[in-house]
Amino acid sequence: MSTPLSPTKKEKRWPSLVVMTLYLLFMVIPIYWLIVLSIKDNTEIMNSFSVLPQEPTLKNYRYILTDYSWYVGYINSSIYVVLNMVISLLLALPAAYAFSRYRFLGDKHVFFWFLTNRMSPGAVYVLPFFQLYSAVGLFDTHWAVAFAHCLFNVPLAIWILEGFMSGVPKEIDETAYIDGYSFPRFFITVFIPLIRSGIGVAAFFCFMFSWVELLIARTLTSTFAKPIAAAMTRTVSATGMDWGALAAAGALTLIPGAVVIWFVRNHIAKGFALGRV
Amino acid sequence: MGKTWNNKAWFMVLPAFIVVALSAIIPMMTVVNYSVQDTFGNNEFFWAGTDWFKEVLASERFWGALGRNFAFSVIILLIEIPLGVFIALNMPRKGWTVSLCLVVMAMPLLIPWNVVGTIFLLILRTDIGLVGYAIDSLGIPFRYVGNPRDAWITVVAMDVWHWTSLVALLAYAGLVSIPDAYYQAARIDGASRFSVFRYIQLPKMKRVLLIAFLLRFMDSFMIYTEPFVATGGGPGTSTTFLSVDLVKIAVGQFDLGPAAAMSIIYFLIILLLSWIFYTVMTRNDENA
Repeated sequence: MSTPLSPTKKEKRWPSLVVMTLYLLFMVIPIYWLIVLSIKDNTEIMNSFSVLPQEPTLKNYRYILTDYSWYVGYINSSIYVVLNMVISLLLALPAAYAFSRYRFLGDKHVFFWFLTNRMSPGAVYVLPFFQLYSAVGLFDTHWAVAFAHCLFNVPLAIWILEGFMSGVPKEIDETAYIDGYSFPRFFITVFIPLIRSGIGVAAFFCFMFSWVELLIARTLTSTFAKPIAAAMTRTVSATGMDWGALAAAGALTLIPGAVVIWFVRNHIAKGFALGRV
Repeated sequence: MGKTWNNKAWFMVLPAFIVVALSAIIPMMTVVNYSVQDTFGNNEFFWAGTDWFKEVLASERFWGALGRNFAFSVIILLIEIPLGVFIALNMPRKGWTVSLCLVVMAMPLLIPWNVVGTIFLLILRTDIGLVGYAIDSLGIPFRYVGNPRDAWITVVAMDVWHWTSLVALLAYAGLVSIPDAYYQAARIDGASRFSVFRYIQLPKMKRVLLIAFLLRFMDSFMIYTEPFVATGGGPGTSTTFLSVDLVKIAVGQFDLGPAAAMSIIYFLIILLLSWIFYTVMTRNDENA
């Protein structure tokens, strides 16, 4: 039974094809232009206009990948993103379990309070975060950014995991206890494997929101832990804007995302529904 | 499913609670502290009462930015939600094209927000940008740095490019969960394309669309990085949203009092709206 998204068989497929082609073009063109500019020389960018690069060069990439102050930004970003992902998941797993299985004093209020943190604007926190992390001596470290990003990633991870956990029948917990499993053993050997796709999705979202965030990451770092996104704000040189380097740096920030998407492509649809379909 | 009442469950929530509270409550206390005090430097603070709040609430600058925030959120929701649903309805269901669509559509979501701004800067400049150059060659004056209308088009187009896929992917997730039997039944009943959408597809998408609506509203209401990079809030204040203005006051001018008072008002607005949406959503979950 072939049932594409068009539910009636008579319907033609070509309008869908046109719509999707146009939409995908709309998605791809800006990225295409970024990549084209990144393989052009600055003189070519400024002096001649062409849709295809005339003399493709990897000069800009070579410059970014050999200049310490540039490439260290990628390393810094990767470190705090991974730290944040691990911290968020470790904190969110037990909390989400509690929310999905038990009722307790103030549970609904706490859950809502968690969500409000996902919704509060980063701009509100810029100054206080700066002061807080300076006061405890964590300013300009990867830990500062990793902890600060917990503000929105822990609530999000709890929200996603709670959705997936509620989909696991409670009888499984009870059977395990009757079979003599202790809680930690049950949680690690039985329960976590059952919700591994949920954990993958939560990890994906934590990665995503930590990787794309700039405001807080920039505020909490100066030199040592400076993220790549912040490094990109300094491409103005004496000879004008270094457009080629800017484009190459931007193009390089696409790679981690592209890799992650490739791995989770079969779970994206369900993942984006946060386990709530 | 009945949940058991067990207050010991708090111990499982506690670690997450402590970490998030450290990041949320202590900085918030600092903000409250600043909002009621004045300083002339030297770390000497004076009680200022509600002066800053009165100042912020009386300033046209604040109401202007707030109004622009609402206008922006309404515009992008009006575009992104219907467009996202439309795209989801047109997405293929089987074969390699599904993976292709999913991967391409998810791309913009994983680009750092300032890079999104940079990309639009690079494509819209009339000297080096593909689209900017093309529009200019057609003789249409498009000046996103000088013309408020064009700046708005830029900011909205940027957001549509960046986030429509999120709505589409959520709606698609809702659509693929509909069993074939529903469509077969509709065909036997001779249902029209529209009634299939209205009575089968839309109800199934309702919950995910609420999530999409909530995420898009909140994120658009706190937009900062993209307009900051692409238009810098200008020309004038035409694309200066609350976040942009707040950072300008707090970090740029270091006016702690007004910035703190503004933060609190901003935060309260968000809190109120979150509460409304959350109530609507959970009521919906219970009915589903």
